[in-house]
Amino acid sequence: MNFLNDVIYGAANGVIYAAFALALVLIWRSTRIVNFSQGGMLMFTTFIGWELVQRHGVNYWVGLAVAIIAGLLLGAIVERLLVRPVENGPPLNAVIVTLGLLLVLQAVAGMIWGNGLSSYAPRFSLNYYHVGHRVILFSPDYLFIVIAVLVVLVALFVLFQLSPLGLRMRASAFNPEVARLLGVRVGRMLTLGWALAAGVGALAGVLIAGTAPNYMNPNGFDELLILGFTAAVIGGLDSPVGAVVGGVIVGVALQVLDDYVSNDIDPFFIFALLLVILMIRPNGIFARRTVRRV
Amino acid sequence: MLELRDVVATYGAVRALDGVSLSVTDGAITAVLGANGAGKTTLLRTVNGLVRPASGSIKYAGRDLVAAPVEQVVTFGLAHVPEGRGVITELTVEENLRLGGLWRGNRKESADSLGTVYEMFPPLADRRTQPADTLSGGERQMLAIGRALMSRPTLLLLDEPSLGLAPRVTAQIMATLRRLSREQGMTVVLVEQNARSALSVADVAVVLNLGRIVAQGNADELAADEKLRHAYLGF
Repeated sequence: MNFLNDVIYGAANGVIYAAFALALVLIWRSTRIVNFSQGGMLMFTTFIGWELVQRHGVNYWVGLAVAIIAGLLLGAIVERLLVRPVENGPPLNAVIVTLGLLLVLQAVAGMIWGNGLSSYAPRFSLNYYHVGHRVILFSPDYLFIVIAVLVVLVALFVLFQLSPLGLRMRASAFNPEVARLLGVRVGRMLTLGWALAAGVGALAGVLIAGTAPNYMNPNGFDELLILGFTAAVIGGLDSPVGAVVGGVIVGVALQVLDDYVSNDIDPFFIFALLLVILMIRPNGIFARRTVRRV
Repeated sequence: MLELRDVVATYGAVRALDGVSLSVTDGAITAVLGANGAGKTTLLRTVNGLVRPASGSIKYAGRDLVAAPVEQVVTFGLAHVPEGRGVITELTVEENLRLGGLWRGNRKESADSLGTVYEMFPPLADRRTQPADTLSGGERQMLAIGRALMSRPTLLLLDEPSLGLAPRVTAQIMATLRRLSREQGMTVVLVEQNARSALSVADVAVVLNLGRIVAQGNADELAADEKLRHAYLGF
């Protein structure tokens, strides 16, 4: 039973890492850039939602919607103003730009909202479910998170695999020159990719912020970047489904370790896992294997 | 009519095109021949806007191609089959094809075109859900041409379609081009290093050398000119 609870609790947390990983995957797919400012961007948009909900008594759903819209705009602006100039340069340039943006966002958030800790109340209860006398480490709020992430995943699948817009976005990412010759406005698709990613990130931020008291802090989401990045790498950085499965793997593994070993080992484990994955399957577990036919 | 006037294109200090003037006849196949580095690919890239000429004008059906954004050129009726085929290997065969017709935003027309392309290239129909990187070289060339046709062009630009293909496959591709020209009145500009097979289907031909046109005329006459063949065409 203990183990089962570890799996449930770990998987639920893993879905949170997955939400973060999804945002990374979306940007990787559209521009081949790992967005190290993702944590900063979603911290910022979550603070905007928090400001409305916690300080001005606005409805939770309105706060969530505003945070997501703020995310869409922030993503588009960042791509247009900061990423566009370095998009065709060496990959390291984009890495430095996103790292710089992370620091700027954290500093600005500190200036506006202070560096203290505050809480973002969850929409649903965090009290665990009971089955008979047994406690199941799963709560209505986590159920909401799982459903929200699954809905996003299905929506992304429909967008990318079934819609003409998604086809344009994929073509722009894989081969910008050919896409342009076929009449695709590639610049617009890249902006849209970043906007979408930041919107998903904003949703993730609000969901995550409610899972623990005192989560809101300019550096509060830093740990998520490492966990979310590891989840995305396990999934191959290219696959939304891979990101979710990667997130669950990371979540469950950490929870089992906490329970049976010690939570001191978490940082070591997560980096070791990242290293091993990059060594044995640098394209991730879910990378499509291409079979060449002669 | 596609009309180039005094087109100069440079890469740094190198003049890839050094004052090229050319009128491409509607409904005919025009072969652009010459050795490696003669400026053939650059010529195509200035037409579709990927390379901006330093001077000169390029017009198609009265539209100024020099000023048009690359994304817009397809709406003028130009379709480009890039060198090395340019199929998007990560997408499936059908996704590649659908992409070609997307700019029209008309589902019915796209579906019709898709049917036509599959009829023209049956091997593609058998592999519609496969990623394009599982295709052979000849199939990729079919896919690239099919994708260009999805946009229902009036002018088809092809960059070295025979590159790396077996002679038999090259002959098939050339026969397809001839059919498109004869049956649908499509204008075709065929850039080729393989002069012999290009001249076998072309109506007219121009020969480029070091960025200048050194000869032009009917394909038969050029093919019969032994001196020219030895000097520039390598056969």
